This record gives sequence, C-alpha cells and structure tokens, in this order.
Amino acid sequence: MAADNSVLLGLVEEFVSGQVDSKAAETSTGVKNGQFTILQLVEALGVSLSSSQPQTRGRGVQLLSQVLQECYSSLSEREVEVLLAFYENRLKDHYVIIPHVLQGLKALTKCSVLPPGSAVSVLKSIFQDIHVQSLMLAERSCVYNILISLMESKEEELKGLGADFIFGFVQSVDGERDPRNLLLAFQVARNIIQRGYDLGKFVEELFEVMSCYFPIDFSPPPSDPRGITQEELVLSLRAVLTGTSQFAEFLLPLIIEKLDSDIQSAKVDSLQTLAACGLTYSHKELAEFLPGLWSSIRREVSQTASERVESAGLSALSALVSCLSRSVLNSDSEDVLQVFLSLVLKDCQHHLCEPDLKLVWPSAKLLQAAAGASYRASLIVSAAIIPALLEQYNNRTQCAHRRTLLEVLQGFVQPTALSRPADGEDSVLVAFQQSLCGVVFSALTESSAGLQVTATRVLSALGQQPGLMAQTDVEKAVDHLSRLILEEDDPKLSSAVVECSGSLAHLHPKAFISRLIPRLKEEILSGQSDAAVRQRCVTALASVSSLASVVQESTPVLLQVLASAHTGSCGFSVEEVAAVCISLQKIAEHARDSEEIGRFFHDIIIPHLLGLCLQAALQTRDAGHSSPLTDEAVLSAIVPVMSTACAALRSESASRMAAQAVSLFLDGDVSFLPENAFPSKIQLLQSRAESGGLSQLVCLLMACVCSLPRSVEIPEIDRLLLQLEDLSCTCTHLFSFTSAAKCFAGLVNKRPAGEALDAVLERVMKRISVELENTSSGQRTQAFTLLLWVSKALLLRYHPLSTALTDQLFALLSDPTLGSQAADGFGVLMSDCLDVLNRGCHADVRIMYRQRFFAENSTKLVQGFNSAEQEKKSCYLKALSHIVSNLPRQVQLTELPALLPLLLEALSCADQAVQLSTLSCLQPVLLEPPEALRNQLEALFSRLLALTTSPAMKVRIASLQCVHALSRLPEHTVLPFRARVLKALAVPLDDKKRLVRKEAVAARAEWFLLGSPGGR
Amino acid sequence: MSGGTRLENANPLIFQRSGERLLTATDEDEDVADPIDDREIFDLIRSINDPEHPLSLEELNVVEQMRVNVNDRESMVSVEFTPTIPHCSMATLIGLSIKVKLLRSLPDRFKIDVHITPGTHASEDAVNKQLADKERVAAALENSQLLEVVNQCLSTRTM
Repeated sequence: MAADNSVLLGLVEEFVSGQVDSKAAETSTGVKNGQFTILQLVEALGVSLSSSQPQTRGRGVQLLSQVLQECYSSLSEREVEVLLAFYENRLKDHYVIIPHVLQGLKALTKCSVLPPGSAVSVLKSIFQDIHVQSLMLAERSCVYNILISLMESKEEELKGLGADFIFGFVQSVDGERDPRNLLLAFQVARNIIQRGYDLGKFVEELFEVMSCYFPIDFSPPPSDPRGITQEELVLSLRAVLTGTSQFAEFLLPLIIEKLDSDIQSAKVDSLQTLAACGLTYSHKELAEFLPGLWSSIRREVSQTASERVESAGLSALSALVSCLSRSVLNSDSEDVLQVFLSLVLKDCQHHLCEPDLKLVWPSAKLLQAAAGASYRASLIVSAAIIPALLEQYNNRTQCAHRRTLLEVLQGFVQPTALSRPADGEDSVLVAFQQSLCGVVFSALTESSAGLQVTATRVLSALGQQPGLMAQTDVEKAVDHLSRLILEEDDPKLSSAVVECSGSLAHLHPKAFISRLIPRLKEEILSGQSDAAVRQRCVTALASVSSLASVVQESTPVLLQVLASAHTGSCGFSVEEVAAVCISLQKIAEHARDSEEIGRFFHDIIIPHLLGLCLQAALQTRDAGHSSPLTDEAVLSAIVPVMSTACAALRSESASRMAAQAVSLFLDGDVSFLPENAFPSKIQLLQSRAESGGLSQLVCLLMACVCSLPRSVEIPEIDRLLLQLEDLSCTCTHLFSFTSAAKCFAGLVNKRPAGEALDAVLERVMKRISVELENTSSGQRTQAFTLLLWVSKALLLRYHPLSTALTDQLFALLSDPTLGSQAADGFGVLMSDCLDVLNRGCHADVRIMYRQRFFAENSTKLVQGFNSAEQEKKSCYLKALSHIVSNLPRQVQLTELPALLPLLLEALSCADQAVQLSTLSCLQPVLLEPPEALRNQLEALFSRLLALTTSPAMKVRIASLQCVHALSRLPEHTVLPFRARVLKALAVPLDDKKRLVRKEAVAARAEWFLLGSPGGR
Repeated sequence: MSGGTRLENANPLIFQRSGERLLTATDEDEDVADPIDDREIFDLIRSINDPEHPLSLEELNVVEQMRVNVNDRESMVSVEFTPTIPHCSMATLIGLSIKVKLLRSLPDRFKIDVHITPGTHASEDAVNKQLADKERVAAALENSQLLEVVNQCLSTRTM
C-alpha cells in the first residue's frame, strides 16, 4: 500500500510539476486496475489542489478531471457527491482552471449514481458562475454536453427547476456561432421541447435565441474533417422550430418574411419548415396567418423558375390543407377548411379558364396539391373545379386548348395516398362519372394525337377507380381502343393506347376477351392489312395479357400467326415473326406471378413451338422450301419465350419439362408434341451432313433445360453433355455450335460440384486443348467457342478451374487467327448474356464476379500488352476495354489510376472499334473523375481532340461527348484548356454530319460557359 | 403581391414546344453530307431561356421556325424574333442571346443576321441597329454583368 502511495505521489508530482502529460493516462490505468482509489488520488493531489498558484491548481484539477473521464463509471454515490461539491466550488475559481473543472463536471454528470438534487445544484452553479459565451469552443461544448447528460438521467429534477432552466439555457446559448456546438445546442432545445419542459414565460426568448439562425446558410470549409453538413444543421434546427405549437405566433411571420428573400435555399428551407409545421400545428395556430401564407406560397409557385421551390411550395400548401382537414369543427364556427379552400379557389380557378396562358399550370398544380391533401379537400376542390373544367372543355374548340384542359383534369382524376376514399366512401368523382367518360370518349375521336394520348391517360386513371366506369362505358372504351390500335399510326399514340389497354385489361378482362381479341385476331390473320397494323395488333395482344383468362385467349392467336407464317399463307416476314415471339415472351414474363399462366405455357405453348420448329426444320431438309421458323433470328427470338416460361415453372412441371426435352433431343421421342406426324427416328443432336437444319434446334434444348430451377435434376445428363460436346466441337454451322456450347455451359454451371462434374470438365478441357494446339485444324473456332462458354460458366460460380480456362483465353490473345475473336470473347465473359447463364435462368452467378475477375487478371493483361508485338497490342486493348466497360462504376473509379495509361494508349490505337469502346468506357468515368485523371488531362485532351476529326462518325460523336463531360470537372483544373478546346471544337461545328454538329454545339456551349460570369 | 421583382408580363401566352427532330436513315449514313437547314438553326435557338420567365423562347413564341432562314452554300443565316409585348425592355437582351448562341454554335464562315420581326416592337430600328453592329455586340460581351445574363439565358436548366 505504502509502495503504491509513493508510486501515485510520483505520478502526480511528474504530471503537476513536471508537466508530463502522459502520466495522466498512467494514473487512470492505475485507478481502473484498482491499484489506487480516487480517494487516494485526491489525497495525493492535496497539496497541488490547495496551492496558491492558479497554474498548479489548474494542473491538479486537470489530472483529476482526466482520470475521472476514464473512470466515472466505477464511482460510488458518496464519491460523486463529494467530487461534485468540490467541482461546483471550483467554478468560482480562477479562469485558467475553469476548462478543467468543466471537463471534470462533464465526466461526473455521466455517472449513473448521481445523488438526488445534485443535477439542480450543478446547473445552478454553472448558470450563476459562468458566462458560457465567453468560454472557448471546447468548454462551451462541455456545458452543452453536461446539459444533455443531465437531461437524459435527471429529467424530473430539471423539470422541477421550471423556467429557470430554460432561462439558464437561453442565456448560455445566446450568441453561439460554431456549427459543432450549434448541433449540440439544437439537441438540447429539441429535448426541452419534445420532452415537455415547461417553457414558462420564456417561450419568446427561447424562440428568439434559436430562430436567429434561420434560415441556415452554412458552407463547410473545404476538406472539413468534422463532416458537418448544411443539411444536418437545417434539419436539427427545423425540428426545434416546428417542435411545438407555442412557437407558431413567432415562427409563421418569420417564414412569411423569409419567403421574400432572394436566396433560393432560404425560400426552400422556409417552405419545407412550413410543411413540417403542418404536422404539429392545429387550425388555431394557423388561422391568423393563413391569408399571408397562401399569398406567399402562391407567389413562389407561380413565379419561380426552380422546380425545388415549386415542389417545396406545393408540399407546404398540401401540409397546410391536411392540417386544416384534421381540425375538429365546432357547431358554431365556420368550416376553416372550406374558408381556406375558397380563398385558394378564388385565386386560382379563373386561371384554368385561360388554357394558353402561362399561369394555368402553376394554378392547376396548386389546386391539385390542395385537393390531394385529404379526402375532404378533394371533395371541395373537385366540386368546384371539375364542372368548370368540363364546361371549358366543351366550349373550347382548339385541340391545343382541349389538351391542356384535359391534362389539368388528369391531375384531379388520380387520387393521392392522402385523398384516397376510405372504405365505404365513394370516389369524389362519382357525381361527374358520366360527363367525364363523355369527355374522354370525345377526346379519343379527335384528330390531334397529343389530345388522344392525354385522353388514354385519363381513361386509365378512371378505370383504376371503382365506380367510375359502368360496364357499358368499359365496353365503349374497349371499342375505342381497338379502333385506335387498328387505325392510328402515330408511335406515341399507339404506345399510349397499348399501355392504357394493358392497365384496363387487368381490371376488366371480360370486355377485352369478348371485344378486343377477336377483332385483332381477324385483322392479323386476314392477310389484308399491312405489316405496321399487324405489328400494333401483336403488341397490343401482349400488353393486355396479364391475367390467365386473357392469356388463354390471346396466345393461341399468336401461335396461329406462327403456324401460318410457317405454311407461308399470309406472307409474314421474318421480322414480323420475331416480333410475335417478343410479344410471347412479354406474356411469358407473367408466368412468374401466376402459376396458371406457367402451366398454360408448359402444356400448350412450348410443345406447340417445339412442334412448329421441328416441322419447319424437317420440311426444309426434305422439300427445300424455307420457312421463316428456320431463320436464326426467329429461333433466337423463340429461345427467350421458352426460357422465360421454363424459368417460372414450379417443381413438378419443371421436372416433366426437363424429361420431355431431353427425351426429344436425345432419343427423338416426339410423343408430347401436338399434331404428331413426325418420322420416328429423328436425331437432333447430330452434326453430320447438314448446314444447320436440325442441329440448330439445339438452341431450343438450351432454352428448356438451362433455365429450369437449379433443384431440378436433368435426366441422362452425362449422355446429354457428351452429345452436346460432340456437336459443339464438330458441327460447322456457327449458330448450331455456338448454341451447343452455350447449352453445355448452362448445364455445367448448374451441375453440383463433385467427381461427376470434374470428370466432364477434365474431358472437355483436354479435347479443347488438343483442338487448339493443332494449328492446322479446321475446328479451332469451335474449340475456342466452347472454351469461352465453359470459362464463363465456371467463372460465374467461382469454380477453381475457371482460372486455368481464362488463362487459356488470355494466351489466345496473341494467336494470329483467333486473337481478335478472343478479345471480343472477354466482352461475352464480362457482360450479362440474355438467353443463358443469367440470374433469370437460375444460373449460379456469384456476386461481384466481375470485380474478382478483374482484380485477379488485370496485371496479366497489362503484362501481356507490354510484351506483345506491336501489331497484336490492339487485341489486348480491345480485351481491356471490354473488361473495364462492364465493371461497375465504383470499381472503374478506383481502378482507373492504374489503367489510365493503357486506356490513353487505346485512344491512340488505330482500330476504330477499340477507340469507340474505350471512349464509351471513359465517358461515364469522366462525369465523376478520380484524382488520378487530373495529372493526365494534357494527354487526355490532346487525344480526345484529335479524335473529333476521326473518319468514323461514331468515334467523332463519342469523343465530343467525352470533351463535353470534361467541362464539368472542377473549374481550376480545366480552365487552362478552355481556349484550346474552343478552338478545336470550331472544326466539328462544320462537320458534314448533323449528329456530330449537334454534339459539337452542346460541348462547345458548355465550354464557353466555363469560367464565364453567369456560366458555372 | 409583395417581395420579388414584379414581371412586366406576368401571365404570357404559352405555345407548344415542337418535338425533337426525327432521325432519318441518312442521318446515320456516314457518306451522306447533311446541309445546315432552317430546322437545325431553329433547334439551336429554341431552347434559349427567356430572361424573365422559366420558359424557352419557343414556348413564348419569340422565335419560330418560319422566321429562320439559312443558306448553307452562301453561309448566310437570318433570324427574326418577336418580343411578347411591343414595349418589352428585354428585346435587346433576347436578340443578343440569340446572336451569341449562333456565334458560338455555327462555323465562322457564316454571316449572322438577327433582327426583330418588322412591326412588333416600339423601338425596332434602334434594337436592330445595335444587334447588327459588330463592335457594339463585342463591347456588350466585355461587360461582365451583361455577359452573366446572356450566359444564364444560354445555359441548360438543371434545377
């Protein structure tokens, strides 16, 4: 013990007289370990604490405070009481000691065992003895922290202090300027308000001391380590100001005053604060200020050029209206909501009668914001506005006017989340149901496409709400839509009509089944109409088919189109047939949500499609007549139909699908196909003797088996893989061997790891190596294709063998014949494949496989590039730009520094494809350029500007876009290039291609604005 | 209304914007030269912002395609613009913005003529004379306050 005492005395001595700061840490470690107690420390400090030298006393208190900061949690109540008494007393001491005293108090107030009454006495002493604003920043922060801790632990006691506490706080915070301390002070104020402290007669004082910061204008110093943002300050101040309705009488005039400000952020902040008031205030606080607030909001919304001000104004209005809607009516007072809305209506309504003047839109938006605030508000506003709009519509004859009116109407028809009728309430529009439908139908027959487009939108909105369209109206609407699909060729209108049909068909399927589908079917199969009409019909069929009942009617029509295309009866072109398949695929996507649709595809559509394709292939082989269904483009379009449908199949039908497909392709089992008139021994996976024909149907096998869920077991998979491997290595038809390779890869990707998989991989890798090494072999392309797809399959699932395979691909970059294909192969490897090996097909795709691949291989690529011969370098650059352009932005940004020299090299490479893909990968990076780019600007500019006169138009366009993007870099970095860029860009202004001139104009305009007043 | 500056014409007529120029097959063809035509010039100036309103010159019908004339071979451009009201004090500024936009966007072989549609402004001649005087245009652009307003008219809105 005695020994410890002398140690402690030594430590104290060294700290106090020796000024060795590190001894404080040692002392607190000692206290924490139980080596000394606080009492011993105080005793040891005795001499210094009672010294007549303020500096020595200060040192002593400092040591004690620092130890307390570490050990406050282990103190007993008695100790705390004594220490508090000591510290409170010290507050009266010399000013050099005060900082340490406050530190000590801050530590003590964090104790969980504060004796009763201590909080009050601490605060009283602080408020009495200290003038907070004459302290330094850190000490002021101590005071706020003391308040915060005491409010946490001793709320009752503080409330007992009553208004004195508020007064003390107001006095200590008055004049605070540092944002860090302000955040703390705002927190104290928010606690005061939200936890129900009695503000007494100091409401106005507290408001004054807080509101003097409103609206906050704070721009943090550059590279601010504390990371306080304007946003943070604004939000915490707003919570204080809008926290209590007692502030209303002061805050609302302040908001009205600040709305007159010329500074946009002040306006936005004021409006947002007003919107926040709407949540806490009631009618009582608002009443007096409503006319003033309304006129300010109206002025801001109708005059502003900024969308932020406009939307803030609209939400403020909406918040006011919903606050008024909540207020409870007295029997003798007037309805405040009604009064306020009639003010709004009086100011806005007449503008709606002038559909070609500017104020029509701001007024409409204000009315819509008010109507959208509550059900009651929407009733009042609609009752006044809808009849007026309908009357205006009928009185006006110009299409442009009618269109504006209808667009305004559209905003009133769609209810918002707040104004939606509750259960049992009718839509506010029920009274106008007939006249609304009448106006929409008349607009649908107008000659202006714009008006018709708006009408379809209103129609969808009406259809979405129950009770607004009677059965006859729905039927009339469907007839109008059918007519528009058949007759109107404006692309915007057709897509609006199709969209509207889709949304209505989801709610009223019967009308579409009985009226629209038969009419479209007749038109498509009549053989009379032209391709554009048929295309619209097909698109419309796809968009209405979201429910199983509609799908069962619409898909047979599409199948019939394919069948008649196959027989050649209606003269469908290959493009049309492919478009039909795209529509089928869109329908198949609904199978994900509806099992019934999935089953329908499994039972009817897929067998039919397989049967048709098989018929077509056999017929071509036998008769030489070529059906569109043998075309690669059509087959490639059928693949997604089947794979989308198969991917959605549930377990049992999925297994059946797998079994059927495998037995068809391996054994020629055609029993499940419709119209069974096929020869018995078809061998679909044989490559011999034909150019495509049957073998290309392997893509359909891929569509069926590669997209099934991973849990589904594929029967006879080993035999299947062997046959696919054979086909992909020996077939000479590009489409067939590529599809076979993809199918092989799709199966390998899903196969569980284990010996069986290893055996397959070993066999195939050996075969690929043999083929590739034999440079005179005619089947190196096939082997390369298989290698590429197997690499992709393994890379996606992080299989250990994938590195060996991708290394082989890297080696092929310097191959004289396959180099360029290998470079493009990296594009395949890195991008998402649409028909196989994607997540939609349930493939095993690990997250971030691209980053991983890049991280593991970028050095190989750079080394390969550096050691390659000059004429082969372009392959490496092409591979690099494929890899980089598929990486996520974030990774691109971090990796760019290392790659920049290579990318710059790629820009000066003569290959236009390399230039183009490098430019397209640079452009997004330039929008948010990393630091490393700054040092390379000179090189970048000279290469980009040179490319603006490239012979290839796409390169010129892409390079101009990059130059444009560079104008957004920080001004000081690019300003030195301004004159040079402007001069260089004058040349493409006279380019012979308009598209190039357009980019040059856009880029040059931005560069002119750079560094110019009013520019940027 | 209190606060803010009052607008000369607070509720002007609004006209519909024309759509984007449709792409044709020849636009994509490397070998075909596309001459600079009226629509292209109109596209350059239609999106210029009005100095007062958050609207473009096209929406206020200050510029119209039929009032744009270009001759690519002779390198001549002539643009007429129509102020919204005959006493519009912004006419010179609008004319200057159009002129500056064309100067920045056209090859320097072009002679650019910007003037007020005859009979639509009280001090038409004075404005036209100012706009035609090269030195005065250059001097105006040396004035940083004027340049600031012109640049604001020419910048693409982001807010």
